Amino acid sequence: MARQEKKKDVVIIGLGWTGSILGMELANEGLEVLALERGDDRDTVPDFEYPKVADELRYGIRYGFMQKPRNSTLTIRRTLDETALPYRVLGSFLPGDGVGGAGIHWNGQTWRPQAVEYRLRSHVEEAFGADIIPPEMRLQDWGVTAEELEPHLTRFEYLLGISGKAGNLDGTIVAGGNPFEAPRSKEYPLPPLVNTYDSVLFADAARAMGYHPFPRPSANASAAYVNEYGMQLGPCNYCGFCERFGCLNYSKSSPQTCVLDALKRKPNFEYRVRSEVLRIEKAADGKTATGVTYFDERAGEEVFQPADLVVLCAYSLHNVHLLLLSEIGTPYDPRSGEGVVGRNYSYQMNGGTTLFFKDKEFNPFVGNGSGGITIDDFSMSQIDFAKEGFIGGSYITAGHTGGRPIQQMALPPDTPSWGAGWKRAVGEWYGHAMSIGSHGSNMAYRDTCLDLDPTYKDRHGRPLMRMTFDWKPNDIRMTQFMKSKIEPIAKSMNPDIMRSSFKSEGAAYDVRPYQTTHNVGGAIMGADRATSAVNRYLQSWDLHNLFVMGASAFPQNIQYNPTGAVGGLAYWAVAAIRKDYLPNPRPLM
Amino acid sequence: MLTLLRIIAWLLLLAIVAALALIFVPARHTGPQPVEMAAAGATGDPDAAALYAARVADCAGCHTADDGEPFAGGRPIPSPFGAIYSPNITPDPETGIGGITLDQFRAALYDGIGRDGRNLYPAMPYDSYRELSEADVEDLYHYFTKVLAPVRNEPRETDLPFPLDQRWGIRAWKLVGLPEAGFEPRFDDPVLDRGAYLVEGPGHCGACHSPRNLVYAQAGFTSEDPDFLTGGEIGGWTAPDLRSDQSAIARWSDADLKLFLASGRNAHAGVRGEMKLAIEHSLQYFSDDDLSAVVAYLRAIGPAGAGSGAGAAEAPPVGQPIPRVDRLADESATETERLLSAAEPGMPLGARLYLDNCAACHFVDGKGADQIFPALDGNSLVTAPKVTGLVSTILAGAALPSTGERPAAVRMPGFADRLSDAEVAELATFVRGAWHNDAPAVKEEDVRGLRDAGAD
Repeated sequence: MARQEKKKDVVIIGLGWTGSILGMELANEGLEVLALERGDDRDTVPDFEYPKVADELRYGIRYGFMQKPRNSTLTIRRTLDETALPYRVLGSFLPGDGVGGAGIHWNGQTWRPQAVEYRLRSHVEEAFGADIIPPEMRLQDWGVTAEELEPHLTRFEYLLGISGKAGNLDGTIVAGGNPFEAPRSKEYPLPPLVNTYDSVLFADAARAMGYHPFPRPSANASAAYVNEYGMQLGPCNYCGFCERFGCLNYSKSSPQTCVLDALKRKPNFEYRVRSEVLRIEKAADGKTATGVTYFDERAGEEVFQPADLVVLCAYSLHNVHLLLLSEIGTPYDPRSGEGVVGRNYSYQMNGGTTLFFKDKEFNPFVGNGSGGITIDDFSMSQIDFAKEGFIGGSYITAGHTGGRPIQQMALPPDTPSWGAGWKRAVGEWYGHAMSIGSHGSNMAYRDTCLDLDPTYKDRHGRPLMRMTFDWKPNDIRMTQFMKSKIEPIAKSMNPDIMRSSFKSEGAAYDVRPYQTTHNVGGAIMGADRATSAVNRYLQSWDLHNLFVMGASAFPQNIQYNPTGAVGGLAYWAVAAIRKDYLPNPRPLM
Repeated sequence: MLTLLRIIAWLLLLAIVAALALIFVPARHTGPQPVEMAAAGATGDPDAAALYAARVADCAGCHTADDGEPFAGGRPIPSPFGAIYSPNITPDPETGIGGITLDQFRAALYDGIGRDGRNLYPAMPYDSYRELSEADVEDLYHYFTKVLAPVRNEPRETDLPFPLDQRWGIRAWKLVGLPEAGFEPRFDDPVLDRGAYLVEGPGHCGACHSPRNLVYAQAGFTSEDPDFLTGGEIGGWTAPDLRSDQSAIARWSDADLKLFLASGRNAHAGVRGEMKLAIEHSLQYFSDDDLSAVVAYLRAIGPAGAGSGAGAAEAPPVGQPIPRVDRLADESATETERLLSAAEPGMPLGARLYLDNCAACHFVDGKGADQIFPALDGNSLVTAPKVTGLVSTILAGAALPSTGERPAAVRMPGFADRLSDAEVAELATFVRGAWHNDAPAVKEEDVRGLRDAGAD
């Protein structure tokens, strides 16, 4: 018999970026808000304090801030005919854990999708015709436009104090920014970071080839900053410990630096850690949620928490898992193509070329997660999909994020991976390498999807979620196209040695090497309930008092890092909740 | 000879009679003090006005223990003679002040006399509270008898050594230590008079920021007294001088001063020590008008000509990047900046420790970053005569208070587990002499005794 807690107006599942924002905005509405976080509490001091957090072995290799697969994982297979096996050792992607979620260990790249990305199916049909869409590809529009999201994306960027340079201010192209971005209403809140040497070289080479280099929009503060909640950032010191680490310097935007101390002051906000939500409970008529049942780790018992409004703010994969476990919405069936929950899982297609220079000293330990230089000349809006034979795009970028001894030790091809030869190569090449990367879109297909595993169960006895995913020819053609654009830039920089790494024909998904933690889809948004799990306000089509935040809403993956869009969508959804839903709770579409 | 003995005997008798009088003759209570001046922005809501009065007088700073219920007492108040434990001032009839009359309440505030007639230790700033207006006394009485809920809590008894445990001695001390009761407006300017009232009276700023005289009484209670607010000491820390031409008042702008008082941080400094409690419990709740009045008054009583705040180099404002100049090529760079920027392996130990532990936030120019990383160049905590504040900060770290205006409880980690006593002394000596600072060295012995003090 589950313990029952006093009813709250709102229960939020997961206290990362979206949970913090929804918590703040709904607490400001005067509602009694409870956030349930299954991990531990975390704060800058002591969890990220100097110098303890700059420990690559503990946090980079042993994943100190990531989920432990023994507590939470999923099974993975490449095709519908394979038997999925559990993801027992983290590799390909690294979901975060604890208060702040992945918002503490991200690098801080904060992008907006291009205007065409929100209406990709319409764009392709209008510009190239529907017949270029491969039959297995499930191309969909988001149901929301760049113009509608603009003020909310701006608000998120001002919450985070993003350092960057606008390229398109209300339709006017601004020199030095990204000329291919969707129009924005305001300049970035902070000026760009100072360039590292590698990004200066890349910018010069790209400019010489007629491309349009601009500074990457970064959640590493270039100056002291105070946001709308009075929360503060200090200037980044380029220590090179962003990805996989919490920021020791109050310089990286995170729920901790940007929201949580302000939220914790609110008497109508409460959060409980080590409280893992097991399922969302439904009313008898199946039209609303009544609250959630969670496992209270400290008491060792299940708790029913009633609430009028449930906001699912977990990591995208866990959002889908909870919907499936709670039997909310029709599960997607990849054989028939029917159903919505689990539909359109997609990933990210990245590649890169590493350049080695005997005579250049990069001092790569001077770096940050998201400074650097990018070109968007081969982005979605700039590619003739019919001519090139694929649908997709990438940004191409350079900038040292650090020079850590274990993971950021780029060595030329054919270097031994251990022993005297390796040592010699480290002495010879450390600090002499840089890379130019492509970060690209990934489309969703009939058989890239999420469902419940028939065999494996988690520690609570619930079925694990099963991922079915493999690389597809369309996306491999896209990344090969990027290779053909990056290598000439790299060659123009005259490196002594070059090493490229792009997926090629026949590449199979390998879960072992780290690729990216940009897992998206599975609870996608849209204007049609037959092909989406949530409507354009991220409201469940099935339970109108359930809203689902996060990148699980992306119908296919954008070419950018997802956090900017995730934050913009959270502010967009909460605006609809405040303005339209709370005065009259009902399906908004 | 006989005459001399007789005189001594008479004096002895007189002293005994005086002592007996001090012990047994009930003290007279000072009556209500009408103060002719504009009151705080009257809200019309008596409960809100009462809460505001309690916050302005910072009752919580002493009467709330760490992790204790508000106003339920038990906080140790440091004094040179030992800790004095604050009583429970919630209206609990048995452990608090339930049933107290207005006259008894006023006697505690004005005369330092408890309900049972006992003389209160002057850790209770009744010397300053003697300036409270009757209106504020009544508001406080309303708050502590009607608004606040009773909390049952028996705080620890204060146990000072003999003769300080003889409460009648306090009565004798009061004869010389207490100023006249009542507040006299004297600026012919409602803003300055309000500021004077707040600072001298309920705000009791002089309790820490004024020196103490031979009998440990506050050396001055109004701006008429030359020693008032010229710096004091609390718990071994220096409470900075607020009236010299080197004071924060002289060097900071009005906006900087107000932001510091409201949030504990500004372009120059982050609050430390007991002042953090004053901001946490009291100053963050001051109305904008009252903060302005406090700042105007502090300016008015400072050195002539000071007060534009133009004396100090301003840190870059929010949103403006720290200029990254080549310190070695920059002619205006200080010697310290050159030393740190050159980063020669043979540099002195203090400089190397600064680069390895401090420069990431406080930078080689020692200016930190606006509102988040305090400047060390010109920081009164760094250059204070008493090194306790600086050394404790290096050892145990620091945390800014979470306030409405700036909720982030920004923390500096402690370095006790990373630096030896000798290294802390080297580092502290370095920052006390770096940039424009010119304060004497810190000795290893100074560090040793402070190592075990906890973080706040």
